Amino acid sequence: MSASAITMMIIAIVVIGGGLVVSAITLMTHPEQPDE
Amino acid sequence: MIRENWGTRVGFILAAIGSAVGLGNIWRFPAVAYENGGGAFLIPYLVALLTAGIPLLVMEFTIGRRFRGSAPVAFRRLNKNAEFIGWWQVAICIVIAAYYAVIIAWAAMYTVFAIGQTWGAEPETFLFVDFLGALNADGTPVGTFEFGEWVPNLTLVLAAVWIATLLIIGAGIKKGIESTAKVFIPLLFLMFGVLIVQALTLDGAATGLDAFFRPDWEALQDSAVWVSAYGQIFFSLSVGFGIMVTYSSYLKRKSDITTSAFTVGFANSSFEVLAGIGVFSALGYMALQSGTPVGEQVTDGVGLAFVAFPTIINTLPYAAGLFGTLFFASLVVAGFTSLISIVQVPVAAVEDRFGISRLKGTIFIGGGTALVSIILFPATNGLWLLDSADSFINRFGIVVAALVSILVVVWAVWKWAELRHDANRTSVFKIGYLWFACLGVITPLILGWMLVDNIRTTIDNEAGADQATLVYGWCVAGGALVFGVLMALILRRKDVPELIPEEETDLEATLTGEEETR
Repeated sequence: MSASAITMMIIAIVVIGGGLVVSAITLMTHPEQPDE
Repeated sequence: MIRENWGTRVGFILAAIGSAVGLGNIWRFPAVAYENGGGAFLIPYLVALLTAGIPLLVMEFTIGRRFRGSAPVAFRRLNKNAEFIGWWQVAICIVIAAYYAVIIAWAAMYTVFAIGQTWGAEPETFLFVDFLGALNADGTPVGTFEFGEWVPNLTLVLAAVWIATLLIIGAGIKKGIESTAKVFIPLLFLMFGVLIVQALTLDGAATGLDAFFRPDWEALQDSAVWVSAYGQIFFSLSVGFGIMVTYSSYLKRKSDITTSAFTVGFANSSFEVLAGIGVFSALGYMALQSGTPVGEQVTDGVGLAFVAFPTIINTLPYAAGLFGTLFFASLVVAGFTSLISIVQVPVAAVEDRFGISRLKGTIFIGGGTALVSIILFPATNGLWLLDSADSFINRFGIVVAALVSILVVVWAVWKWAELRHDANRTSVFKIGYLWFACLGVITPLILGWMLVDNIRTTIDNEAGADQATLVYGWCVAGGALVFGVLMALILRRKDVPELIPEEETDLEATLTGEEETR
């Protein structure tokens, strides 16, 4: 694989996978308030 | 009547991911990315996700949760004149469900075929002639409207797909849809994960990945690449046809909207990237075996899933049956969770609007759609009927309905500020004027551009196309709109049950003040 392809693969995994991890962690660390 | 809620937030998010992750993630994204700049496509793709996909998800989640009703009811509560949008989306879902189910049935049969590679040495001939009977012996296609011959066993498998779908929907949100999502989505990621690991061990996988990820920066100067990125995000997120409005109508009043939208959006894109890695690893292996460039192996849709992959499976050095079974089972699971969400839209619509029970709604509307599907699509002309319906309902159904819904919500009834306030009240991540710019300006412009492009392409291709097929396609797409308008006119004097304004509930004290300033 070329260096540019490896770089883009890493960026894709880090940015998109990272977005998923960050948003999921944000949800988990802010528990849903129960309805009254 | 108390409206059913999701049992857990995870349940809602998994169900929404199950809806978004469908066949298109596996068989469309890899080819679209490759043809539009490879690794460089990541940039317009991310821009599209952040400026159109997630803003639209936020809008639909907020409409559903705020107005607590299926698409027609939610839009009616938004504005009396907007109910037609909901019914239009219901009609689109009925059309899509009718043909989408048969693709799942094909994949289910191929899951079994994969064990012994039943398709033989020529998967293309097997698919079009032996299995579907869509081509005559001389290679000419069976006429689109030549009804009469059914594909052996496919009708039974399709009926089984429908029975499973209706049983899950009939079981309700918590016991049916949520429980299914909690099992099927982890299972899908597990199966596809194993498949990717196996694909990465194949000779030539690195060549395939190089073709997929190598950036062509010049492509970013081409406007068509950007439109393709927005198209991919738009079609793969299940936005624009009532699904996310319906699903979020079962959210609790204090559920987080924006962070849920980010989670669903990024989960969907993560699966697409994984699919690209799996598919291009396998295509790289195929290119090595055939001694041709990877570019010559790239295809999408039915051709990728039911021709290219069986060809690859035929030549695998080990565990070919496992690889094939995992691939087609992944298609079945991805498609099935999407089908459930599509069928839920019309079932919930009649349930909410006419006050009938879930069971009756499932039997009459879900069963009716199943009947149409079973009569029309497992026949030898089913592939061509499906192809035309899919093309027209996507290009002139979903795109126009989404465009109209945004224009109505943001510009005609000017509800964006109210929705923004509602989303911000309970969400960790706050949205502001940037959301308005993305939703109200960027997304409609791109959708409008896509629509004009679609019309131009259709007119250009009209000369060589079969007139009856064109009429059929326009009837499918136009019929959905006519259905929406007629239903809204018929029900214009029939009010929906009053939604208790949140200001009158004791929730208000906790939902403003400290929540607003957090």
